[in-house]
Amino acid sequence: MSETAEYAETASPGEGDAAPAASGSRKGSPTSSWRSRLYRWDIKASPYVFVAPFFLFFGAFGLFPLLYTGWASLHRLELTNLDDSTWLGLENYTNLLQSDYFWNALGNTFTIGIISTVPQLAVALGIAHLLNYKLRGSTLWRVAMLAPYATSVASASLVFTLLFAWDGGMVNWVIGSVGIDPVNWRESSWGSQFAVSSIVIWRWTGYNALIYLAAMQAVPHDLYESASLDGASRWQQFRHVTIPMLRPTILFTVVVSTIGATQLFGEPLLFGGTAGSKGGADHQFQTLGLYLYDQGWINGHLGRASAVAWLMLVILLLIAAVNLLIARRLRKAQ
Amino acid sequence: MAPEDRRPVAPKAGRPLGLKAGRTMHAGPVTYLVLALFTAVSLAPLIWTAIAASRTSGRLAQTPPPLWFGGNLFKNLERAWTEASLGDAMLNTTIVAGSITIGTVLFSTIAGFAFAKLKFKFSGLLLLLTIGTMMVPPQLSVVPLYLWIADLQWTNQLQAVILPTFVSAFGVFFMRQYLLQALPSELIEAARMDGASSLRIIWHVVFPAARPAMAVLGLLTFVMAWNDFLWPIIALNQSNPTVQVALNSLGTGYIPDRAVIMAGALLGTLPLLLAFVIFGKQIVSGIMQGAVKG
Repeated sequence: MSETAEYAETASPGEGDAAPAASGSRKGSPTSSWRSRLYRWDIKASPYVFVAPFFLFFGAFGLFPLLYTGWASLHRLELTNLDDSTWLGLENYTNLLQSDYFWNALGNTFTIGIISTVPQLAVALGIAHLLNYKLRGSTLWRVAMLAPYATSVASASLVFTLLFAWDGGMVNWVIGSVGIDPVNWRESSWGSQFAVSSIVIWRWTGYNALIYLAAMQAVPHDLYESASLDGASRWQQFRHVTIPMLRPTILFTVVVSTIGATQLFGEPLLFGGTAGSKGGADHQFQTLGLYLYDQGWINGHLGRASAVAWLMLVILLLIAAVNLLIARRLRKAQ
Repeated sequence: MAPEDRRPVAPKAGRPLGLKAGRTMHAGPVTYLVLALFTAVSLAPLIWTAIAASRTSGRLAQTPPPLWFGGNLFKNLERAWTEASLGDAMLNTTIVAGSITIGTVLFSTIAGFAFAKLKFKFSGLLLLLTIGTMMVPPQLSVVPLYLWIADLQWTNQLQAVILPTFVSAFGVFFMRQYLLQALPSELIEAARMDGASSLRIIWHVVFPAARPAMAVLGLLTFVMAWNDFLWPIIALNQSNPTVQVALNSLGTGYIPDRAVIMAGALLGTLPLLLAFVIFGKQIVSGIMQGAVKG
């Protein structure tokens, strides 16, 4: 690559060999050539200097560990003896694929993912639609909807654990007052999965509503005008104008929420109390994230935990591929 | 490594902002009613946390659950503060979240500036790498990071939590998107003509132009760092916890008193709720900006 091509686009042409005008020195004098060399060096090197801190940290604490996890997953590596690792090949993986608890965790992650993501995004879309009207105190509504986002996983999970308590819990009291029998939200399989999902839904619905609202505000006004001239009702406008225009954003939130659901960890851990990392006495809400933590830091099999991590990555890539396929289908169908 | 709650920005929907974007229909009473209902659902658990924190453990086990405040709030807060060491934990979390915020904002701004306005070899590839790894789950790096901090004997020390989250791919991308539009190239060109070095340009041109986005990124980063969960509970234990680690041990029966647990949950959220009351508008616009610009 030629020297000038590497110059910042902001540097004006023809400036390359001359010192900057403001330096005031004569061209050719020792100070001037030193300065111009410094100046050229500055323009050439500074972009790398500016991105270097990010990539240094990113490489050390993000990229390197990512690859090292793959290496560790092929070894027996125990928490009790960190200096000793023996080569196992694929044994960690074959053990996992034969473990009932792994498949149980995968299934739970899937069901909790579905029952937390689908209602969350559907409600967020509805709220965004309402927030898109001309409202009094619009900022206040938005801040109130976003308040759960400020609450940590730990705080929210502790509160919901109490709300879903068997004795004196708010939820059982409310459903009891309309004549429904109390549910054991911690022991029952679907009940506990619903309770865990409700924490996720509560924390993220407002956030997603704001993402949708931002996208809705970018939809050109005249599309609605022509739709209403054609006699479309508000619901028809929402279905045939808003939703199609929001399709990229919706797809994006689906992908991000799916990734979030795959990593679900804090909510079931705290909801489980003392049996937290097991996901309840019968592993009824143990997710993949919990399973990894349980294998690695409760049972002490770090090599196995690494294998779980890599399987999670494979699952994420599969999900991304399916999403891409669906997106392409939808685009073709349009 | 991204904290578990880090959510990247959405692509822009539909057409670019036209002459007349958005709808201007006025909301009717039904809209207000439904919105009020959703607001109630979103605020109720927070308000009830405060109610539960003001009661006794015995009262919380009774049916019906308390719906109004009792007189034990300060006693429970004090117990959570001292017995569950939430006081120390909050100081620790302030240090951790503060350092991460400074690192993220500073390095994101200069890297974002380089990606937005400077030309260099492999810049496209590096940016793609940055964006691509935004979606890699943090679980994929916890085992090596743990080995690393064990080796350095950093277990239980705050730098073990700060350094892995010190920079953020999301932050770099966020600042790049902002600076692409907010910083006119002519301004940098003029500064170069005046012989300003790159460092001077960063200080006198980039930082002033980026200030609003830096503030928003700082707020978002602080919220995320304060709430980070997975890595801190692996790297730290009860002897030197962050708020989330302390809350986790509260939840696993460290102190079985329900009212004290709720007081802890309240304490752990209070600083962020306060930030929301003061900076709510900026945080909302930050999330919406991140969603539309692209």
